[in-house]
Formats: sequence, C-alpha cells, structure tokens
Amino acid sequence: MFDWLFTDDWFPKFDWRWDYAWEILPRLIEATGNTLIAAAAGYLIALVLGLAFALAQRSQNRILTFFVREFVEFIRSTPLLLQIFFIFYVGPQFGITLSPWVSGMIAIGLHYSCYLSEVYRGGIDSVPKGQWEAATALNMTTAQTYKRLIIPQAIPPAIPGLGNYLVGIFKDTPMLSVIGVAELIHTANAIGSETWRYLEAYTIVGVIFLALSLPAAGLIRAFEGFVRRKLGM
Amino acid sequence: MSLFEFLSQYWPLLMSGTGVTVAQFLLGAILTVGLALVFGLMKMSSNRAIKGSAVVYIEIFRGTSLLVQLYWIFFVLPLFGVTLEKFTAGWVAIGLNAGAYGAELVRGGIMAVPKGQWEAATAINMSAARRMWRIILPQALVNMLPAWGNLMVEILKGTALVSLISVADLMFQAKQINASTYLSAQIFGTALVIYYILARFLLTPFMRWLEGFMARKLGRA
Repeated sequence: MFDWLFTDDWFPKFDWRWDYAWEILPRLIEATGNTLIAAAAGYLIALVLGLAFALAQRSQNRILTFFVREFVEFIRSTPLLLQIFFIFYVGPQFGITLSPWVSGMIAIGLHYSCYLSEVYRGGIDSVPKGQWEAATALNMTTAQTYKRLIIPQAIPPAIPGLGNYLVGIFKDTPMLSVIGVAELIHTANAIGSETWRYLEAYTIVGVIFLALSLPAAGLIRAFEGFVRRKLGM
Repeated sequence: MSLFEFLSQYWPLLMSGTGVTVAQFLLGAILTVGLALVFGLMKMSSNRAIKGSAVVYIEIFRGTSLLVQLYWIFFVLPLFGVTLEKFTAGWVAIGLNAGAYGAELVRGGIMAVPKGQWEAATAINMSAARRMWRIILPQALVNMLPAWGNLMVEILKGTALVSLISVADLMFQAKQINASTYLSAQIFGTALVIYYILARFLLTPFMRWLEGFMARKLGRA
C-alpha cells in the first residue's frame, strides 16, 4: 500500500492540471448556487416545521405530545439518505410523483426540523418562569404569550444551535445527488464520468465546502449579537 | 405480495446488509474514538506545531461533507498511490469524519475537569502522562459520555453513505431490492425500522448503561 513512497516518481502522480481545473470551475460554481438554494430551502422548511414540533411537544394533549416525541426520535435515529430514498420512491407507488428537488427539500426539511425542534425547546425552556406568570397576570391568551413574549426571548439563546444546523444542512446537501439534484457532488460526479478525472473536481468541491463553512461560525456569532441588540437584551 | 411473504423472501439479504452496517459502524466507531483522543489531546498542546496540525485536521473534516470525504478517499486517493478497498474506504472515511467531531468533545470534556484536580495531581508528584491517564481522562470521560451517545448515533447513520461506493450494507441491499421489485414502501420502510431498532434499542441503551457504569466507577452515582 505504501510502496509508492519509496519510488522516486510519485510526485507526478499528483498530476494536478490547472487548465482543466479552470475549465470545470464555472460548472462547479453554478452547482454551488444550487447547493446553496437547496440548503436555504431545506432550512426554511426545517425552521417552520421545527417550531411546530417544539410547540406540539409542549401541548396539554398527552397523545399528541407522545406521537410527536416518538416521530422526532424516529427521524433523528435513521439515516437522511434512506429518508431521501423513501420519500422519492414511495410517492409514485401511491400515484404521487415528486420531482427530485421537491422530495429532497421535504426530506432535508423534515430531518432537520426534528433537530431544530430540540433547539427551540431548549430556547423556550430558558425563558424565565416569571415571564409566563406576568403574561397570565396581564390576561394574555396562550397564543399572545407565545407570539409576543416567549418566542422573541427564546430565539436569541437558540441562535448558535440554529446556525450550526444551517451549516449541517449545507454539508448534507450532497446526499441529494443520489436522486439527481444537480448540486456540487452530482456535478462533480458528472464531470468525473465524462473525463475520468476525479482529482480536480472532488478537490475543488472540498475546497468550496471549506470556504463556505469555515467563516460560518463567526457569522453566526455576529448574527446572535445583532439579534440580541435588536431585541434590547 | 403480503408484507410477510415479502420479508420472508428478502430477510437473508436484509440481515447480511445489517451485518455489514454493524461492522462498518463498529470499525468506524473504534477509529473515531482513537482519533478523537489523539487529536483532542493534541489540540490542547502548548506546542504550536502539534496544536496546529490538530486544528487543520479538525477543521478540514468538520468543514466538508462526509460524502465529499468518502468520494475523495475512494476516487482520488488511488491517484496518490493509496488504494483502499471499498469496505475499508467506508469505515476509514466515517472514522476520520466523526473523529474530528469527537476531538472537540474530548477537549470539552477535559476542559470541564476542575482545575483543582490538575493541581492536586501535580502536588502528589504525578507525571504529566500519569496525571492525564489516572486523574483527568476518567473524569473527562464521564463529562463527555452523554455527547458521545449522540455522536455514536450520527456514526451509525453515517454508515448509510458507504452504500454509494457499493459497500453492500443495509442501505445498499434496500436499494437493490427496490430496483428489482419496486416495492419501495415495504423495503425502505423495513430498512428504516431496522436502523431505528439499532439506534434506539441497542446503541442508545448501551451508551446510557456505559454512562451509569462509568459514573459508578468514579463513585459519582
């Protein structure tokens, strides 16, 4: 396995061709756009659905709470890849044909909504009890209490968690390639099978992922500060 | 075809796939623990070269997707003369990826050990290695085990990706059976349930037991 180390001609095996890298770069940048759109769309679904799951788990209805809890656990302990296949292939069996984009967005949105519901739950739990009591004292309805008091205060502490899962979704979008969404890995696969050169395409994809996800942590922290200031916390 | 007939026909394939999934998980998890320990400790080093290389490893493997890493290891590494068999490429990629996340858990667990423990160990003249092994790491382990439970489930879920380089795991068998029967709901549904049983009723209880066991060992329970 390591005998290449002891020959003197291993360096040319790198065989990195800049002209070829430049040639495929525009296609990969276009695919980056698709990856970002997929991540953003999946995230929006997850944000809304996650909040719904978090609120449902706080409901007085024991049966609803139980089923949502079990559903969240089920989705969290099974692979996203399998869920993508499930949603994409099971629909047609019952006469519902979903496009790769739609089924991919549903799968990613659903998968991550279960993670986000836990983040929301932590945020809501961190709101001091006095706030609930004050809302009751002011005769606010439950809906008003959540909308005007609890959720605005629950969001800032949840932002780091919410942001991490945005990066998580971004890094999981390559799985959409299996059902034919033309994101980064799908494009790199196509390039590789056209020319039998995988080195440049996969390496550029890796670098694009690094370049976009490394600054994310700093941006999330800055955004949390911004939201806290806006809400006067 | 009823679900029962369907299952009795394809059960052997599903079970062999499950076996491969479990093997990928175990090998990947062992590699993860090893890498996490080594790089977690390296990241705490005061030597800048050692610390720097740990930071590079952690950031590269946390900053890119597991799928990208898997493809890179399987398709690109052979160009450098390192050809891994697909089965090996699978668990190595999983271990390298999860090891980067685990390294941060190790670091966090060690940092959460109270400073007095370090001072006390130094005061009774323990060497740095002995102090780490006998005093700090056991306490750090108890601190970080709950987070490791989650990481272990992530590793198990990550093994599904090896099907994309044709390792015949549960995901791969499910895809194959789907392609020949078109009974998607049955086969993918069954595979989902198998993964769920592995994660929820085997792996998670084991990690809970380990948490309790380690806590008792340290006299904390």
